[in-house]
Amino acid sequence: MKSLKIDNNKCDYGRKCNHECELTCASKVFKCDDPARAALHINSDQTIICDQCGDCVVVCPADALSRNKQGIVLLDKKICVGCYTCVGFCEKNAFERNPEWVVPYKCIACGICVKACPNSALEIVEVPTPSPRII
Amino acid sequence: MSNPYAGLTDYLAFHRVETNYQQRTENRLDISKLRSAHNLLKESTFTPKLPEKGYCHRGLYININTLEVKEQPVTQEMKDIFIGGRGFGLWQLWHAVTPSTKWNDPENEIVISPGPLSGITQYPGSGKSIVVSISPQTDIPIDSNVGGYFGPLLKFSGYDFLEIQGKSEKEIIIFIDGQKGIIKIEECPLEPLDSHILAEVLTEMYAEGEGDRTNISVVSAGSAADNSLIGMLNFSWFDKRRGCIRLKQAGRGGIGTVFRDKRIKAIVIRGPEVKGDHNHPVDFETIAKTGIKLHKELRALDPSQCVMRRNGTAHIVEIMDAYDLLPVHNFQYGSHPETHKIASYIWDLRCTQRTSDGCWYGCSMSCAKGADGLTLRTGPYKGDVVTVDGPEYENAAGLGSNAGIFDAEAVLELNFYCDTYGICTITWGTICAFVMECYQRGILNKERTGGLELTWGNWTADLELMHQMARGEGFGKIVGLGVHKMKHIFAERGWGDPKLLDDIGMENKGLEYSQYLSKESLAQQGGYAMTNKGPQHDEAWLIFMDMVNKQLPTFEDKAEALYYFPLWRTWFGLNGWCKLPWNDVSPKDNHLRHEPHKIPEHVENYLAMHGAMLGTHITVEDMLNQSARVYNFQRIFNIRMGKGLRIHDRAPYRSMGPVSKEEYTSREDRYDQQIRDEMGQDPAKMSLEERMALHRTWRTDRYEKLTDAVYKRRGWTSNGVPTIDRIKELGIDFPEVLDVVKPLLS
Repeated sequence: MKSLKIDNNKCDYGRKCNHECELTCASKVFKCDDPARAALHINSDQTIICDQCGDCVVVCPADALSRNKQGIVLLDKKICVGCYTCVGFCEKNAFERNPEWVVPYKCIACGICVKACPNSALEIVEVPTPSPRII
Repeated sequence: MSNPYAGLTDYLAFHRVETNYQQRTENRLDISKLRSAHNLLKESTFTPKLPEKGYCHRGLYININTLEVKEQPVTQEMKDIFIGGRGFGLWQLWHAVTPSTKWNDPENEIVISPGPLSGITQYPGSGKSIVVSISPQTDIPIDSNVGGYFGPLLKFSGYDFLEIQGKSEKEIIIFIDGQKGIIKIEECPLEPLDSHILAEVLTEMYAEGEGDRTNISVVSAGSAADNSLIGMLNFSWFDKRRGCIRLKQAGRGGIGTVFRDKRIKAIVIRGPEVKGDHNHPVDFETIAKTGIKLHKELRALDPSQCVMRRNGTAHIVEIMDAYDLLPVHNFQYGSHPETHKIASYIWDLRCTQRTSDGCWYGCSMSCAKGADGLTLRTGPYKGDVVTVDGPEYENAAGLGSNAGIFDAEAVLELNFYCDTYGICTITWGTICAFVMECYQRGILNKERTGGLELTWGNWTADLELMHQMARGEGFGKIVGLGVHKMKHIFAERGWGDPKLLDDIGMENKGLEYSQYLSKESLAQQGGYAMTNKGPQHDEAWLIFMDMVNKQLPTFEDKAEALYYFPLWRTWFGLNGWCKLPWNDVSPKDNHLRHEPHKIPEHVENYLAMHGAMLGTHITVEDMLNQSARVYNFQRIFNIRMGKGLRIHDRAPYRSMGPVSKEEYTSREDRYDQQIRDEMGQDPAKMSLEERMALHRTWRTDRYEKLTDAVYKRRGWTSNGVPTIDRIKELGIDFPEVLDVVKPLLS
């Protein structure tokens, strides 16, 4: 499956890059200027990136989450009932909510942030798809 | 050390191989043929609407005799005093019946109401509705809370309650289409009664395409509800992953029997597609944040606390056994050497994991575990492979240990047939335990049971008894009358000593006890018998607090708990909440808080969400008053219907102490120690009979003292009647309410 990966040795955690990854994700994917609304968050003390582990697929009561052919976990907004079980159960805090929306959101490994990173610290990698876990 | 799981190797090996949870016997009915036999008796229209601040401000009344369909107003007074859920149900029922109304009179109603907070998708346990009716078992109002999707879908169609009155001459289905605004009453001659088939058939029949099936919920009973007084109602939802319907039950008190007596086969709701903000709360943000906080708490702590997500409520089977609280052989004993065969690790294996099992969206506690791939060994569906819920703790204990059955597959099959036949598992468990003890003591024998050997652990006889009841035949028909009536029948026929039957018949007000051994928990004895509807842990589940966590050490603590907890728990039923997420997980620092047994942070969660929904912020005191209004109103309703006094709060001695010599001698050290420590006498100088008599006096005396203390705390007279001052203080001093109590207070 495809998943976003960060190289900690290359990332400067916003010191010089001004969080281009977050800003680009927020503006191009979510059409807003607030990096808090991006689907990834990178700071020196905390990195929040979805690794497509699939725990959210298991816990979703509406069956609104599924993997596409590339293994990326996608949310069907039409089916989602806005319960936020996915948000609360994501151990990486990578499933998020925008207070202005009822449905939550997550990284879909689109790669926009990879292109935006001036340090080439981000890449989309191919990793084995993990089996669903008992959660 | 010997292996406690010896002998279970094959069972474990079999179930370690994961069951295909979509494998089950297909429904063989021709749905188009069933539908073509329908005859439309009535069709009316309405304007669907979504709630505002949790209320739709109207209820739906349907008279199935006159076919009248009308909307009922939800007034500000109703909201202020009765809140919703159980409160609305009792208020509507009060106006529908008279003091002489019997359960099978046409004016008796079935009222289903979800409550203003019901249908929230963000906080676990928010999909409940409460069903209210005059019970065929107790002849007073019964309230039964139930999950499944019906309540929220009813509200999202535009109604705060559904009120059904009258009796139909024909078999009917009521269909409420909350998408199109159509209500239909249809004659339906061909549909089978049993719920696992009926709910599936009707979900397919009324859904407009596969994607619509999650918008359908069916209320139904089953064939045993036709031939007993212990019928219950199943509320369905469509499980997308399994591709089948699932059922949750409004179990207690025989409402399924009322349903079938009215000749209703099913009520079907088709609601709109559910979205997270359908209730239109004042402050969605607070509800969202509070819900996410509990989701995180469950994720972090459930695996090390109750393991509800894997085992459901059956996680406590072995804990109850370890503390001598598991009912064994009709509540004679509190533990058994074979308990490990029905313990939580069995259900962990037997229930399908890696799926979402909440009975409403967003319930991340997910205790409605599904056991798939059950091949039935008896009855009309013998050989079929089915999915069954379960079992909950009550079912493992009631259908298992209390009847001496320690066979997990047998417990699942009993659970399945209780559900599909439409009878209450708790009630059936206590009934079977009673008749098995009657068999043990010679009150019953093979001749009197029509050939059934009702010995402890005989699960095939237990199931055959249930099949007889479903067919309306043989001894099964007598058993379906419940423990209260059986006691009188057996005594009248000269089969047993009436006093012994009273002692061992675990019922109060006509309702069977649920599955906790309360002999050593005075608080739970009161929690059972001083209830409004009858002995049910739903009102005051104090046994864990009292016996396991030792949080109620003094007499005063117990009396206070019997004031606070029935009111706190009533509040869930007013608002449409499930109680389990309140105390089946607790914050990491809970033990550091004042009164940790109340789970203070969770109480704060509920108050915050109540305020966020309605826009009016309340305190714990306000919450208790809200509940007290409905609780006292229900007590007065009981008095109006001929019960509700001190005499009706008496408990069978089996719930208080050792009835038989075997019970005493099995725990002789404990009982003798109590004679020394509590009664100040020397057991060595007394015969067994004298020691038993002394215990009886001591135990019944302290129960009476507890009754005095609880009544005083509740603002009731020593006869259990709410005083005029208390009624006025609560603001429920309606003239017709005062008329009920005045003659008892002069």
